Parts: sequence; structure tokens; C-alpha cells
Amino acid sequence: MTRWLLRRTAQAVLTFLVVTVLLFVLMRLTPGDPLQRLEGDRQMSAEESAALRRRFGIDQPMGAQFRTFVTGALAGDLGVSIEHYPTPVTTLLVSRLPASLLLGGTVLLLTFGIGIVLGVFQAVHRGRRADRWLTRASLTLYAMPSFWLGLVLAWYFGIRLQLLPVAQMHDPLLSPDATWLVRAGDVLRHLILPALTLTAVSIAAVMHYQRTALLEVLRLDFVLAARARGLPERQVLWRHAWRNALFPVVGLFGLWLPILVSGSVFVEQVFNWPGLGHLAADAVGARDYPVILGTAMLVSAQVLLGGVLADLAYYALDPRVRRA
Amino acid sequence: MTGSLWRLLSRALASPTGRIGAILIALLTLIVFVAPWLLPDPSAMPNLLAGATPPGPGHPFGTDQLNRDILARVVSGGQISLSVAGLAVALAMTLGALVGGVAGYHGGWLDSILMRAVDGALAIPRLFLLLLLVAVWEQMPLGALVLVLGATGWFATSRIVRGEVLRLREAEFVLAATALGAGPRRIILRHLLPNVAGPLLVAATLGVGDVILLEAGLSYLGIGVRPPTPSWGSMILDARPLLTTAPWTSIFPGLAIVITVLAVNLLGDALRGALDPRSA
Repeated sequence: MTRWLLRRTAQAVLTFLVVTVLLFVLMRLTPGDPLQRLEGDRQMSAEESAALRRRFGIDQPMGAQFRTFVTGALAGDLGVSIEHYPTPVTTLLVSRLPASLLLGGTVLLLTFGIGIVLGVFQAVHRGRRADRWLTRASLTLYAMPSFWLGLVLAWYFGIRLQLLPVAQMHDPLLSPDATWLVRAGDVLRHLILPALTLTAVSIAAVMHYQRTALLEVLRLDFVLAARARGLPERQVLWRHAWRNALFPVVGLFGLWLPILVSGSVFVEQVFNWPGLGHLAADAVGARDYPVILGTAMLVSAQVLLGGVLADLAYYALDPRVRRA
Repeated sequence: MTGSLWRLLSRALASPTGRIGAILIALLTLIVFVAPWLLPDPSAMPNLLAGATPPGPGHPFGTDQLNRDILARVVSGGQISLSVAGLAVALAMTLGALVGGVAGYHGGWLDSILMRAVDGALAIPRLFLLLLLVAVWEQMPLGALVLVLGATGWFATSRIVRGEVLRLREAEFVLAATALGAGPRRIILRHLLPNVAGPLLVAATLGVGDVILLEAGLSYLGIGVRPPTPSWGSMILDARPLLTTAPWTSIFPGLAIVITVLAVNLLGDALRGALDPRSA
């Protein structure tokens, strides 16, 4: 177990190094350097610009720059934001993390909670009208651009019905001495629309995976055997069949874990949610390379971590994997 | 090769979802490339002072804040969105087939290097790769957008192709071709790749849906297709301030995206089912 885990982790770390190299090369492939835009915006003397280049290390040869970049990244130093100079990128990322964690965590919970139940329901009622309509509805939602669905929901629930707030995470008019309960309720109200939007556009995958996997298991002999023994159908379904139809869903969960940190670039933008996705979108608008690079690295690390965790879950759930 | 592709297509079209998808795609393509001749000029502002007018006679989808006909703009934006998606996916499939084919056929160190790089690239979410690449351009030309969308879309495809090539490399017909003196280039292009045409078609169809959504998203962020060229995403961006007063300005371009992506995904799912009946 330990040896397997070590090997799997080493593999992920190696891939992360490749990611670092790729991202560095990508950024360097771009014509000019990150400071050119800054120079275009304000008047700068040659000395000032040279000093800035020294400050950001851009006057160094490529190899040295790469070394600085990698050693910096390993120590948690991703450079300094150009837009929010002189705030370090890491500080920016950390400040945006809680909002993304809240939104991403809620979305994961809703997507997998509701998606699994609906997928199981579809498998049990396969081929019937409810199954067909659920498939159609989820495929239609899946085809929607998240930002557009967000706008439509914001228009309907926020503007027409005046039910829910459509921007930010807190009500700026909330009295500063409100109790924590009132504050939590306020955040919750702001959370509903972005979380609903993201859940709606992504739930189709979970439903489809769960439906297919369960259908495959329900065909197997041991399910028949369990029924033959006279076990109640509910017990056959959840205790016997469903537990064996969980693997693809667990893999999908690992694949989706990054949403915890990255949130969603588009939905956070639409609802002005102060998370990492919003930060990344703003950074693109401002050509703030260090910040884009920092978010990309953070999300990639999360992708690899999700892969390792999913494999670990397979390992824990399925004895066959252990022998392989 | 063409024989098996036709068989795959006809099997996909035998399912109702595949048929609906294919008919919708054909219809949308026809509308988008033919209708502009019948519709008003998408950049004409017949009555600028009237601003955004709701759907009604003369303007079935209404007009936007500059009194431009939204139906005409949705159609001409569709031309851009569909062309960009089609070209980008063609580029991505070519790259994926070549890299996967070379890696699988050559094997050894070249395979290791290429696949490690692909692993790394797959770990970076495509949207973030795009954000990095797109941020370079002050004004992104359409050609560059196609290039960038294509260059970020081939990683998973190359893995599929490599797997198939690895499986087929030792097949007898390949050994026969080698024995007859065919070089690696001929074997990859004429003997191996035609056999992955099916999986490539599935990946391409589903890839078109992804690219349409990504292009719309980038345009919505203001970094994809730029005005005055209309695209579905940039129309929704332009319509954002009008959300309260003229919701139709953002509803119709969004519906166009939903219908197109749904059609492509339906056909893609049917094709995947036809290729591997187990997955359906």
C-alpha cells in the first residue's frame, strides 16, 4: 500500500514538474515580456524600466529565469502581481480561496448528491418516460453556456421576482453588528444562484455515469441471487448493487475536485463572486501574467491531486485494484 | 476506411437521437450560411434612436441597443462560431492523430517524451491554457483564435490514437505492409490512421460542442471574437447591461448556442454508441 501510494504520488509530482515547464515555456513563447504592457500604460524612463526588469528578473538569461521560477514556486513564491503591484501572487490566491472553496464545495455536494439519486432513479426506471425526460433535460442543461444560464437565472430570480441577490458574496448594506447567523444567511442567499447555475450545467455527467454503471451491475448474477434470497428491493438496490456501481462516479469526483479551488471562471464573473475564477478572468483582462500563471499552477496541482485521490479511493474500495 | 466510416455514420443515424442531432446540424448549417442573403444587414442601424425594441413584426428576435436586427446578428454570429469550431477541431484532430500516430508507432524514448508532455498538458485545464495563450493578444485575429483553440484540443485525442496504433502495430496487415517495403510515414498515414477514423470522428463531433462553448465563453469575457464581428458569446456580453430592460438581447444568442451544442452532442453520443455499443 505505502509503496503503491509513493509510486503514484511520485508520478503526480513528476507530471507537475512537466506542467511547470510547459507553463513557463508557454509564457515565454509569447512575444515581448510581461512588462511591455505596463510600459505602454505609463510614462517610464529607461532607467525605471530597467530597474523593473531587474526587479522581476526579466533581464536574466532564460535558464536562470527558469531556475528562479521553479525554486520560487517550490517555496510558494509565485512572483508579484503586475496589476496589484506589489501584492505577491500567493497572497492574492489565498485571499480568493475561501470564496471558491465555498462555491465549489456546495456545487460538488449538490451535483453529486442530486446527480447520484437521479442516476439511480433513471437506472431503476430505465426506458420509461421519466428516464427519457430526465436524460433530455440533463443534456439540454449540459449544452448551456454557464454564463448565459447564470444571466437568465439572475434576470428571472434576481430582477423580475426580486427574490435573490445577483452579485457579490455579502450584502454591503448589512449592519456591521449583525449576528453571525444573519451573516451566514446573507452569504447563503448570495450563494444560491451561482451554485444552482453550476450544478445545473454539470449534473448531466454524474447522472449519466451513475445510470450506466448501475444498469451494468443490475444485470449481474449476484443481484439476481440477492433478489432470489428474498431481500427487500431497497436493500438489493442500495446495499448490493449501488455500492458496486460507485466506481465510475468516484473517478468523476476526482476529476471534478479542482472546482473546489478554481470555482468557475464564467459563473464567478457573472455573479461577481470573489473567487479564484474571477481573479483569473480579471487577470486576463489586465494581462497580469504572474496571476494567470499562478492560478493555472494551483488548478493543475489540484487536478493531479484529484487523480491521486480518486486512485486512492479505488484502492480502498476495490480489492482487485490492489492486486493489479 | 470510408466504408467503415459510412457504416458507423449510418448506424448512428439509425438511432432517433443521432437522427435528430444530424438533422439539426444540417439545418443550422444551412440557415447560418444561406439565410444572411435573405436577412437585413447585421450591422445596419435603421433607427438608432429607437434603441432596443422587443421582438415583433420586422424583427422577429427584436433589436439590440443600436437597433440592429438580432436575428440577422445571431445568424451571422453563427457563421463565425461554426466556422471557428469546425476549423479548430479539424486542426486538433490532425495534431492528435499525428502525435498519437508517431508516438505509438515509434515507441521508445519518443513515445515516453511525447506522452509525458501530453500528461502534463492534460493536467492543465483547457480554459486556463486558453487564458494564458489569449492574454497575449491585444486584438485577437480570428485565425489566431482558431489556432489557439485547435492547439489546446488534441491531447486526449493523441492518447486515443496512440492506444489504437499500439494495438494495431503488430497486426498482420501492418507486418505485411512492412514486408512489402512501406516506410513508417506510409504505414502511419495509409494503414494505421484509417483504422482510427471511427474514434476520431466521435472525438471530433464531441469536440465541436466543447469548442463552441469555449469560444462563446472567451468572447463573453471579451477576449475571443471581438466587435464589430458578431459572435454568440460577444452578443451576450454586449447585452449584459440590458438584462433588466431588454432581456431578449441575451436570450436569443444563448438559445442558438444551446441548440447547436445540443445537436452536436446528440450526434456525438449516437456515434459513440454506434462505435462501442457497450457505452451507450
